[in-house]
Amino acid sequence: MYSKILALRFPEEIVDEPITVNLVRNFDLSFSILKATIYPRKEGFMVLELSGEKSAFQKGVRYLKDLGVKVESIGQDIRRDDEKCFQCGACTAVCPTGALHIKRPEMEVLFDKDRCVACELCVSACMARAMSVTFDKTLLS
Amino acid sequence: MAQKKTFKTIQEINQKIRQGKVVVVTADEMADIVRKKGPEKAAREIDVVTTGTFAPMCSSGAFINFGHSKPPIKALRVWLNGVQAYAGLAAVDVYLGATEAVKDDPLNKIYPGQFKYGGGHVIHDLVAGKKITLKATAYGTDCYPNQLVEKRVTLADLPSAMLLNPRNAYQNYNCAVNLGKKTIYTYMGVLKPNAGNANYATSGQLSPLLNDPFYLTMGLGTRIFLGGAQGYIIGPGTQHNPKAKRGKNGLPLTPAGTLMVMGDLKGMKPEWIAGASLLGYGCSLAVGIGVPIPIINEQMARFTGVSDEDIVTQIIDYGNDYPRGETKSLGQVNYAELKSGTIRFRGEDVPAVPMSSYVKALKIARILKGWIEKGDFFLTEPQVMLPTVPF
Repeated sequence: MYSKILALRFPEEIVDEPITVNLVRNFDLSFSILKATIYPRKEGFMVLELSGEKSAFQKGVRYLKDLGVKVESIGQDIRRDDEKCFQCGACTAVCPTGALHIKRPEMEVLFDKDRCVACELCVSACMARAMSVTFDKTLLS
Repeated sequence: MAQKKTFKTIQEINQKIRQGKVVVVTADEMADIVRKKGPEKAAREIDVVTTGTFAPMCSSGAFINFGHSKPPIKALRVWLNGVQAYAGLAAVDVYLGATEAVKDDPLNKIYPGQFKYGGGHVIHDLVAGKKITLKATAYGTDCYPNQLVEKRVTLADLPSAMLLNPRNAYQNYNCAVNLGKKTIYTYMGVLKPNAGNANYATSGQLSPLLNDPFYLTMGLGTRIFLGGAQGYIIGPGTQHNPKAKRGKNGLPLTPAGTLMVMGDLKGMKPEWIAGASLLGYGCSLAVGIGVPIPIINEQMARFTGVSDEDIVTQIIDYGNDYPRGETKSLGQVNYAELKSGTIRFRGEDVPAVPMSSYVKALKIARILKGWIEKGDFFLTEPQVMLPTVPF
């Protein structure tokens, strides 16, 4: 079983394609939609957890790319600057998935990229401003 | 409780430091030692207990003298990297406050404001050795005719830069929840509606003033760890309130004592003094402080033997009550419960979230311990004690 969280960006022309259904029907993949929005310039943005056989997953991603969807892996996009991080734990109040969590009893604040859904709530909640998003944020505004 | 006779003086402890015989433990270790051996034996064996805390402390800032230019200026308004400093002092002296936001910051006009850069960040940049832009304007006088100075400076270029924080190291602090219906942005962090999380802000058993609840060993002149360098307590902090209600163990149940501290910025390290941005609230400065507590008698061994479960604080609603100026307690909780990550509140499990870094607090206590053991740090005798209450 292979599973990854992907950020998908669709150009205006294919915003109405039933892509998730096709991923299920044609590639035997399962999905969980973590975020889906259409922005004013009519591009779509979706954060999707996609799971299935690794070869099917790769074919599914190929299908998306051929359609013109820009596919990015989310885990690589949110970063923590460990030098800046205060290790306070204030971020754990807003992190919805537990990607940012505290190891007890040491009280160490850990960032598990695999659980990150790139919701970005930590970015502004972090008082040390240690969390950053590396992709083009103008797409999200 | 009667005050126990002193059986170890600070001079004797310093003599042991000189001889390399001093026994120092961190406050968390002391809790175990006192539990196992009792306070009397602990007092004989242990000379110093080191404490630590690292958290945003808004009442902080720096007195900076930026030196005379040619021709000289009597500065009327001064900005450091665009952050205004108070210039109502002598010609080239200013006070840069931690919470002053950079000019043109939208503040909370775009809510919640991000407060990306302010006085605390300037202090951080200076300590990190970065070049900053200093701009001073003036009306010009016969002796100081210059009306504009603009230069790039580093901390090393400044004739003097003294961190002087009017209120740090709060002894105990509220546990904040939000009983309102929407998320709020406070100095206690982001609080989700319907008590979605409970935020707290002290280092508990490591916290300096929770290890000396009646301030029996600290006062003006006490040498401390401040921002990675050696600094001093210079008196009670603003809002210092020894009269806060206390439990049977003498520990305050609400925010109580505070410290005013001072230290030379030039010895500090960016890891221990850092700018902070509190979403929707403002800019601040995260300050690292460690106070060494001399174990002069059994009483101090008992006090420093405090552990997280002994320290109790109040749950306060920041959604409705606090903005109305009310601090009604909705219940009590101890730091062992808070540090477990979940507290029971109104019959439900609520995630407990720290605003204060326990990891860094412990590192500070360990660094201070190392300094004392190596003979790099000697204890000082306070010259004026902090206001206290009988116990």
